[in-house]
Amino acid sequence: MAEKNAGCARPTGAVVGESAPESSEETTPKKEVKMQIAQVGTKAPDFEAPAYYQGEFTTVKLSDFLGKWVLLCFYPGDFTFV
Amino acid sequence: MSAVAANYETLQELDVKVISVSVDSQFVHKVWNDQELSKMAKKDIPFHMASDGPGNVGKIYGVYDEIAGVELRGRFIIDPDGVIQAMEVMTPPVGRQLSETIRQIQAFQHVRATKGAEVCPAGWMPGKKILKPGPALVGNVWKEWSPLEDH
Repeated sequence: MAEKNAGCARPTGAVVGESAPESSEETTPKKEVKMQIAQVGTKAPDFEAPAYYQGEFTTVKLSDFLGKWVLLCFYPGDFTFV
Repeated sequence: MSAVAANYETLQELDVKVISVSVDSQFVHKVWNDQELSKMAKKDIPFHMASDGPGNVGKIYGVYDEIAGVELRGRFIIDPDGVIQAMEVMTPPVGRQLSETIRQIQAFQHVRATKGAEVCPAGWMPGKKILKPGPALVGNVWKEWSPLEDH
């Protein structure tokens, strides 16, 4: 996960296997293109997204953490109150 | 998220990686870390703070609120094979209880370590009574375990 140059365009995350909206970054098309929805007992849908990590702008890809337990937390927004 | 950062050592001891996701840009994540979270947690955020502007990731996890344009509070425990073992989704105004998340991770790790030979009854905590599913246990759980007792 190398540091990415942070340009002015707002980078977006994408589900791996779907074509990225308008990003020029390489997205490797995978065989599975059908829409998965997250359910317990099934594979967590893989994704790749821009991230801030310890002082750097980088990307994070869920499947890079295979072999580890992962706690994936969505929340409404930075600077919200709880 | 500051609660997760503050308890990160516990998660590290359990070999758990954390990814947080919101619709905010990486730039806002940085400023939130610098200005507020690092002060609440007494340290910089030690995990990846992902940016999901258009909600592409949130939609696939069923936690994107299309009307408000934000993610709901969605928490997923994913095992080393990439399988979702637990999920919890809440509307925004109430925060999560991290100790319950940690308890669930410990329970799922126990089940995985025993390859499913041992399972964790309601309210299980590490060191407490487990159950061994099998023909002998059918109809006999009451002999082994009761919600009224502290096992």
